[in-house]
Amino acid sequence: MADFLINTVGLPGWLAWTVTAVVAAALILNVIAGGALVFIWAERKIAGRIQDRLGPTRTGGKFGWLQSLADGIKLLAKEDLMPDGADGMLFRLAPYVSFCASFCAFIALPFAFDFVGQRMNVGVFFVIAVLGLEVFGVILAGYASASKWSLFGAMREAAQVVSYEVPLGMCVVVPVMLAGSMDLVTIAEKQAGWFTNWYLFHDPFTFVIFWVYVTCAVASVNRAPFDLAEAESELVAGFHTEYSGLRWSYFFMAEYGSMFLVSALAAILFMGGWNGPVPIATIVGLSEGTGDTANYFVRLLGMANLLGKATLGVLVMMWIRWTLPRLRIDQVMTTCLKYCTPLAAAMFLGAMLWQVVLPGGLMPRFGRPAGEVREGWLPGPGGGGAPRSLDAGKVAQVKS
Amino acid sequence: MTPGVSVLAEVAALPVAAVNWHSFFFVLFAALACGFAVAVVAADNVVRMALYLVLSLGATAGLFFLAGAEFVGAMQLMIYVGGTLVLLVFGVMLTAQEPLVSIKGSGRDRVLAGIVGAALLAVLLQAAFSVRVWREPAAGVVSDPAATPIGMSLVGVRVDEPPAGGPVAAKRPGYLLPFEIVSVHLLVVLVGAAYLARAKRRKTPRAIEVAASVEPPAAVAEHAAIGRSRSAGGSVLTGGRS
Repeated sequence: MADFLINTVGLPGWLAWTVTAVVAAALILNVIAGGALVFIWAERKIAGRIQDRLGPTRTGGKFGWLQSLADGIKLLAKEDLMPDGADGMLFRLAPYVSFCASFCAFIALPFAFDFVGQRMNVGVFFVIAVLGLEVFGVILAGYASASKWSLFGAMREAAQVVSYEVPLGMCVVVPVMLAGSMDLVTIAEKQAGWFTNWYLFHDPFTFVIFWVYVTCAVASVNRAPFDLAEAESELVAGFHTEYSGLRWSYFFMAEYGSMFLVSALAAILFMGGWNGPVPIATIVGLSEGTGDTANYFVRLLGMANLLGKATLGVLVMMWIRWTLPRLRIDQVMTTCLKYCTPLAAAMFLGAMLWQVVLPGGLMPRFGRPAGEVREGWLPGPGGGGAPRSLDAGKVAQVKS
Repeated sequence: MTPGVSVLAEVAALPVAAVNWHSFFFVLFAALACGFAVAVVAADNVVRMALYLVLSLGATAGLFFLAGAEFVGAMQLMIYVGGTLVLLVFGVMLTAQEPLVSIKGSGRDRVLAGIVGAALLAVLLQAAFSVRVWREPAAGVVSDPAATPIGMSLVGVRVDEPPAGGPVAAKRPGYLLPFEIVSVHLLVVLVGAAYLARAKRRKTPRAIEVAASVEPPAAVAEHAAIGRSRSAGGSVLTGGRS
């Protein structure tokens, strides 16, 4: 887009890059905020149906479409309270820290081949690293609230997230190993074609490790049955006991943003990203290079695919939340350290051996993706190792 | 000329276009990192210190991203910022009570720390500005943010320096040995930490054991003897069970 602004519209470089960045940031913000709005409504409806009731029905017509909006207005109008003993600065800062961490992770998340805030060579790693910072806001909130409930909740969350990062990292490494790259765009592109190319169906080990990933992802975004940090039956509301109004809603936007993020990550890493189960675009003859408009439509279709998969992941998380009872803290730790971690390690080894013995994968592959040569495996023509990526060009242009 | 184009031309002529944005962001991130580093020292609440430390380290990660070293930047976020998080947890756990909320060093400590810090800063500054190569803008360095060459080097293949004409892996061991040494070292540290942090076995028999050892006096004496004789390797608990 910046190139378009510079070349076609004729904007100077700095302005074009600023406009591009602002547009990307605004779009991502809307994905998080709009997503939270829809998901909160969906959560209420799903919770209602699972508990054999209707959920919201009155606000905004038959299905209570506008319930989230009404909630938002209510939150805006709520009195903003702060406890007497609270550490004012940290108390005010905490929700923004949480939200920023969630937002930053979205920057490196591709929605389709070219629809990405900032394509990064180490995209997976960046997303995991930044997502782990979300707990920082929770700890600050728990400490600054000067409340025992909050502190307990924050400590639980910290212990849980730090522990679950280990198996989560191990699960994420497997698709990275299969694709030979940490670039999220490359990983998804390697799974192009029919659904049999998805890493989920690559071999039995990846199939198992996908479910380990799901478990760890649910735990790392602090959802039931792992929502010890806000266990309302024991800790009132956990780390956000003392929060009200808009600040409280920032925590919730961060939570729903993270849910969407880990689901999208699962879609990209294991389920082909923006490549649908059936390569419709290729079948009807649209592909990269058919033309700019065709490209654009292919990418829009891809984005719809990714958003659909990610939404499906979020809905599954809700289904789990309203079905399973909450675990005790020791059970949470046992699940992580005694089951998830060894299982992930074993599956990682298995996938590695499989890659050596039977690199083609288990399923018959239709429409095998073209990029089978690994990035950086062979020296490039210029003597440099890896092929030049988009970012190198961008950096050079920003510098000039 | 249409009005829109003339506006564009005016915008293009603004002095802001002449700013070297790379340097601007470098200075911005560097100032943030240094400012928050000073704030860490100046603050007297452990949790606020940790917050400032995280911000300072985050700004340093920004510097890495700015330099095109995305892998190092992400590492910085993962290891240092994430590590500080754990530090913060301990800080909260240890200082949530009243007497330790505020930490203030005495005047003498501050003077000493100031001298040591200033000396270190002087050495580093002198070193940084005395290397001729670092003072000139790097020429001919291709910014390649790929992490693959790093990973390949760690397992012994230097893709960044391929020998002329030969296959990639020939005669270039890369960093395999240092990598192995570091990983074994880390493993030792982990095992040691697990050993130190494990649940300690009790020296005194538990209540349930006392209840179980209501036996003839001879058996109790024998039990105690076993416990003493195994004091080096095992414990009373295992001795009692055997």
